[in-house]
Amino acid sequence: MKYIVAVIQPDRVDEVLRLLEEKEIHLVTVSQVLGRGRQKGIAEVYRSHKEAGALLKKIKLEIAVNDDFVQTTLEAIVTGARTGNIGDGKIFVFDLKDCLRIRTGETGGAAIG
Amino acid sequence: MRRHLDRLRGWLFLPFVFFSLTIPCFADVAPRVDTGDTAWIMISSALVFFMMPGLAFFYGGLVRKKNVLSILMQCFVTICLISLQWFLFGYSLTFGPDVNGVIGNFAWAGLRGVGLEPFPAYAPTIPHQAFMLYQAMFAVITPALILGAFAERMKFSAFCVFMVLWSTFVYNPVTHWIWGLGGFLRQAGTLDFAGGLVVHVNAGIAALAAALYMGRRQGFPLRISPPHNLPLAVLGAGMLWFGWFGFNAGSALCSGQLAVSAFVATHAAGSAAGLTWGILDWIFNKRPTVLGMITGAVGGLAAVTPASGFVNLWGALAIGVGVSMICYWVVVFVKAKFAYDDSLDVFGVHGMGGIWGSIAVGLFGTQAVNPAGANGLFYGGHTAQLVVQLKATAMTTVYSLLATFLLLWVVDHLIGLRVSESDERIGLDLTQHREVGYTLLD
Repeated sequence: MKYIVAVIQPDRVDEVLRLLEEKEIHLVTVSQVLGRGRQKGIAEVYRSHKEAGALLKKIKLEIAVNDDFVQTTLEAIVTGARTGNIGDGKIFVFDLKDCLRIRTGETGGAAIG
Repeated sequence: MRRHLDRLRGWLFLPFVFFSLTIPCFADVAPRVDTGDTAWIMISSALVFFMMPGLAFFYGGLVRKKNVLSILMQCFVTICLISLQWFLFGYSLTFGPDVNGVIGNFAWAGLRGVGLEPFPAYAPTIPHQAFMLYQAMFAVITPALILGAFAERMKFSAFCVFMVLWSTFVYNPVTHWIWGLGGFLRQAGTLDFAGGLVVHVNAGIAALAAALYMGRRQGFPLRISPPHNLPLAVLGAGMLWFGWFGFNAGSALCSGQLAVSAFVATHAAGSAAGLTWGILDWIFNKRPTVLGMITGAVGGLAAVTPASGFVNLWGALAIGVGVSMICYWVVVFVKAKFAYDDSLDVFGVHGMGGIWGSIAVGLFGTQAVNPAGANGLFYGGHTAQLVVQLKATAMTTVYSLLATFLLLWVVDHLIGLRVSESDERIGLDLTQHREVGYTLLD
């Protein structure tokens, strides 16, 4: 089992979710986050007072999958989120020790899907 | 002999000064209620009142999320407090029977004798109470302007006490000097159509005093706090602009030609100033900003206020373009150099805008627009009116600065002005009112 965390551009969310759904990956947690990468954000100006490198809005996706879905998930995210421009984001893959479905009490791989 | 002639000339001039705001509308009009004029003044009163929620949202959008309610609350409590102060004794102190040219007495306290018949010396065609009500709105919004200077750091209790004291000891007397019958600046021929000195210079300078006395917010100037909701600020600025038509065009105190002229001047100056600030932003910051444009527009409206009934279109445009250049310089460069924390630039925009507009009456005023006004420097009037305007501006500035300092000192020693450091960090919404503007869940 893997826990996949992806930080992507807000305007690519719909496309990524569509591709994930095509591959029958339905369970995903989405949050709005702030962050910056190598481009150091974008300067904001308020009455000529500049704030250099203000944080940019990004979307964070969190997806738990069984091992046979990992490659498909990564491909869907990369395909949907890539524009070729700076700031397209990153994907992090973690080993997932366990998972528990609260309603039924199932654990492990059976609880993920 | 010479002295007698001078005195005679003074007496001959006096009636013109007394009726300086009203002659173009009501020349040779017997005091009788005119329903059209009364309707316009009542609508104008409501328009000026509408500036209060406008100001609340303008300021509210510019502060941090954790302080938005404190701003809205301060605006609303000002409406309640100062309206009552005005009815009970503020109107009497301001417009009531004169005491040595400095202040009114208490003869009209509780609106005693302020009835539904016109009081011709102020406005011969509307009920006295309509004039009183219209002026009440000015009395309310002027102290409210100041709160932008000490936003995010004053105790609510101290705020309430300070507002009542400031209205009584600064707004009431200064307004009497300039607009009250017998006021010494009025007698000197000062022209202030809709409150450039009374409202904007007065409040703007008080704001500077407050910013200096209160000290900076934590983190200023190293860490700025971006506006938490600029769309709210734009909404507020739009409401202010809308209300300003009642503020300036209503100051004709009738629904005649002068009101139309003031309306045109107001809109022209606001537009020119908003655009000018946008262009300055574009030049200096590579982008025109929303906050810059609405700041410029508010500055233009403030600057044209004293001049709106005395200038033509070209004068209004010059005032609008000029005010954005002046205020931009003060807000961006002067404030940075001296590092005083006028949170929402009340001094930079209203104070400097009011000063520029009040002086501009002596430059661009023309009797072609208003025979009761004066010709400014550029309309063949030489420097006479300019000097009068400069003196009145200086008087208002010095008094407002010193009196505000003194009142802040008194309140500070009575109950303390500033919230604690931890309260400031948590925010005034939660610490002063036990409420929050926006919840995380639901």
